[in-house]
Amino acid sequence: MMAVGLGHFLAVSAILLVLGIFGIFLNRKNVIVILMSIELILLAVNINFVAFSAALNDMAGQIMAMLVLTVAAAEAAIGLAIVVIYFRNRGSIQVEDVNLMKG
Amino acid sequence: MITAILFYIFAGILLASAAMVVSSRNPVHSVLFLILAFFNAAALFLIAGAEFLAMILVIVYVGAVAVLFLFVVMMLDVDFAELRGGFQRYLPVGATVGVVLLLELAIVLGGWELAPGAVQLRMSPTPVGMSNTEAIGRILYTDYIFQFQTAGLILLVAMIGAIVLTLRDRKTSRHQNIRHQTERTVAETLQLVSVKLGAGTTASGGILRPIVAEPEPVEEEADAGGHGHGH
Repeated sequence: MMAVGLGHFLAVSAILLVLGIFGIFLNRKNVIVILMSIELILLAVNINFVAFSAALNDMAGQIMAMLVLTVAAAEAAIGLAIVVIYFRNRGSIQVEDVNLMKG
Repeated sequence: MITAILFYIFAGILLASAAMVVSSRNPVHSVLFLILAFFNAAALFLIAGAEFLAMILVIVYVGAVAVLFLFVVMMLDVDFAELRGGFQRYLPVGATVGVVLLLELAIVLGGWELAPGAVQLRMSPTPVGMSNTEAIGRILYTDYIFQFQTAGLILLVAMIGAIVLTLRDRKTSRHQNIRHQTERTVAETLQLVSVKLGAGTTASGGILRPIVAEPEPVEEEADAGGHGHGH
């Protein structure tokens, strides 16, 4: 069992998740900051996994946290690649300009 | 006691830097605060006893992802001041959603308790007297081999996807033209000359040179499809 209670970790993780979602709303136009907010959300997920892993003395949570870490890295790479080619084609990364598919 | 104080310090810096990430005016500052947030999250992992994940977090996030973000932010020539517009407009709805979500999470955390049989349901209990890295290594390649392989596959797909997305042909780059290579015949590349004995040189005294191949014309129709090169 860890020195700090599980509830503290969960509270930090919850606030981090809310900050990430708040960032997505706040920076609606800047897709790079939106990607950073998604990284924050996934970091909150990881903190949850690690906190429960430490509280329950179960290693499975840390394995899952590694999987989440991998997905976060892959998502960042693909997202930034899309941003780069979008900027190359349109000369802008405004989210409101992304209407090529008329969705 | 000292651990609790350190936890609150690291958690406070983590949340403050996360708030700065989403509210900073300059995206470069956002990335730098993101790095700070990742470092403090790694410290929280250390407090929770996940040393290996803490180091992985520093290496992967600070060493790769944050630098990738920094690279893209600095490479794109974007007027970020223009992107700041509407900041005040989106503030109320974002704050509303955030407060509602936080209240819901508080309700969940307040009324939540561990199920009585949860300890019996552990997948792989932490072994005693073993370092965190060794414990992970013992189960990562045996019990969780499919998760490990899935992670590798995800990274492979991400790598191929990022390369395919950002690779572009330049007009000035020279490529191998496979059609030209396979359509080459002996008749147009090789000239057989039967030379009499002692007559290897021409009348002018020079040596008979092979035919110099004409430079291949640049094919215009190959690019006419409009692949959308960078403008």
